[in-house]
Amino acid sequence: MPKGITLKELTNKEVLLSSGHRMCAGCGAPTIVKMVLLACDYPVIAANATGCLEVSTCISDYTAWKIPWIHNAFENAAATLSGVETMYRALKKQGKIDKEIKFIAFGGDGGTYDIGLQSLSGAMERGHDMLYICYDNGAYMNTGIQRSSATPYGADTTTRPAGSVIQGKTELRKNLTKIMAAHNIPYAAQASPSHWMDLMKKVRKALDIKGPKFMNIISSCNRGWRSKTDDAITMCRLAVDTCYWPLYEIENGVTKITFKPKEKKAVEEFLKPQGRFKHLFKPDNEWMLKKIQEDTDKEWERLQKEETCFAS
Amino acid sequence: MAKIVAVTGNEAVANALRQVNPDVCAAYPITPATEMMQRFSSFVSDGKVKTEIILVESEHSSMSACVGASAAGGRVMTATSSQGLALMFEILYIASGTRLPIVMPVVNRALSAPLNIHGDHSDAMGARDTGWIQLWSENGQEAYDNAIQAFRIAEHMDIRLPAMVCMDGFIISHSIERLEYLEDDEVRNFVGEFRTLNPLLDLEHPVSYGPLILTDYYMEFRKAQAEVADKVARVTLDVAADFEKLSGRKYGLFDAYRLDDAEIGLVILNSAAGTSKDTVDEFRAKGIKAGLLKPRLYRPFPYREIGEALKHLKAVCVLDRADAFGGSFGPVYLDIATSLYAYKEKPVLINKIYGLGGRDYLPQHAELVLNELVEIVKTGAVKSNKEYIGVRE
Repeated sequence: MPKGITLKELTNKEVLLSSGHRMCAGCGAPTIVKMVLLACDYPVIAANATGCLEVSTCISDYTAWKIPWIHNAFENAAATLSGVETMYRALKKQGKIDKEIKFIAFGGDGGTYDIGLQSLSGAMERGHDMLYICYDNGAYMNTGIQRSSATPYGADTTTRPAGSVIQGKTELRKNLTKIMAAHNIPYAAQASPSHWMDLMKKVRKALDIKGPKFMNIISSCNRGWRSKTDDAITMCRLAVDTCYWPLYEIENGVTKITFKPKEKKAVEEFLKPQGRFKHLFKPDNEWMLKKIQEDTDKEWERLQKEETCFAS
Repeated sequence: MAKIVAVTGNEAVANALRQVNPDVCAAYPITPATEMMQRFSSFVSDGKVKTEIILVESEHSSMSACVGASAAGGRVMTATSSQGLALMFEILYIASGTRLPIVMPVVNRALSAPLNIHGDHSDAMGARDTGWIQLWSENGQEAYDNAIQAFRIAEHMDIRLPAMVCMDGFIISHSIERLEYLEDDEVRNFVGEFRTLNPLLDLEHPVSYGPLILTDYYMEFRKAQAEVADKVARVTLDVAADFEKLSGRKYGLFDAYRLDDAEIGLVILNSAAGTSKDTVDEFRAKGIKAGLLKPRLYRPFPYREIGEALKHLKAVCVLDRADAFGGSFGPVYLDIATSLYAYKEKPVLINKIYGLGGRDYLPQHAELVLNELVEIVKTGAVKSNKEYIGVRE
């Protein structure tokens, strides 16, 4: 069992992603990385897919990473880290390393849901002892807010803009957490930086499990979501409170919802503060709002049912 | 003591890799390289190597995992062919730009479309400017010897670049030849312990691999990489000298066959060079001064040395087992032409494209080409600068 996390413990730990990196003000990703690294009880080596986080944290001759860190390309963070982890095992077997080291990959939704899915699937199936973390902000934000398979239905992006004929994204999001759980890995979870204790406990638990682990963490992007710069955590909290982004984990096939909002808010409360959904609030598009609410309800129902299957 | 064996090219290189005993190997099957990794996997399963093998889901992940493993700090290899090499393309540049000494046998095969599994050089030629070292091999013995030497060259502290060892698909990979193996401890001593350089696994000295470098320093970085490439030839020769002491087999940057007093000559890579040497001998027997140059270190290309070796000839035909579409001539021709351009007196140069998709290259083809060179020397007339040979009309 992982040790509990206390604020007192955290205040004494070094933050392993330094300030001075060049992520946008109000971005969720560096907050998530700091939380993840603070939760670690072990030395960590990280791999990073090409994306906002990568491109803004290591611009030669500077690096914000106080831990060993590798960026290879866009679609291969999982494969790259599987190489690092394998070399670690090889050298450990030969007695050249004795330390216990943990391996974490960070990728955005573009590098994870889309172009990196094969690499991720392969690494998970091969059983490497690593934790893959997707920070999901729902579009290719680094290249300028293009649609990804994680983009929510109806959202306005630069490659599927809301126009006079097409009203933003016409397809549903891919449920990546479910896909990763279907790999029968020992641990898959969803988390949100608004629920930091839940997020950090999940990271700590994941790192204590041997084998491949996956975490999907919602990450607000005020540029792409067209929300207020200082609302990053609020937006993530609304995603959780509306059950648009449920917090749950699947450990050894057993689903557990780790946070149930006392009062489930209407999904509109999450959508309304975001400029990318503005067009949905036109009278003609009321049916789209209704559909998003229905889809959210359906998935929340399904998840709760899934949980009851395992209730003791 | 050398051990004499009868093995396929794939088997020979797999054995070289067993003897080198790398820390990590990534493997993905592709004809005709499959057998090499199958045999190596058996060594892993039977505990004959210390290697941890990663059975990846694609060649893209194979090269990606090699980059991760090599940066982590250990000896790394993989092998591939054709489409597999093409799929790795993006990461080939990252391996060389990151200065990672990964060794990769490439069993040369044609590229799709149309799909064809047989030998030609289109795959490795497409990757010739990716910053990798390329050593080319005429037969199984050379592939075995080059594979062993490739680790020493790639891992040399002045170099630290990835290296491909090229050999012809099926013709070499699947044919059984007589060859000589070195003893395991001889190979192990020859390649030596892997020396790490800024390993990712060093927690005391955390490093960041793969930074963003924009307009301010990208060009300086590339220039530094080009300067490293300039050192490869010297290191290749030093390693070859050590290898000769060990094996008695002599290697250089290229093989100059009966070239010193030659008037006409062929430039040709890999297995077809063996076929052509017999024909050269026949012409010599007839009193015609024919010779042959077979590049070994093809990248970085030793322009100066090759230019010096060919400048005195009267007529030379460069035979390419790949075409460079839109480039008018085959890739080897372009390099040879560049090597000779600086000389005032230089041979007439023609280009033949042969053996694509595994089409047989026969002694008759070499004979035809040498006769054409004899005619060129006699009349001074060139009937065609570039031509496909051994092709149905």
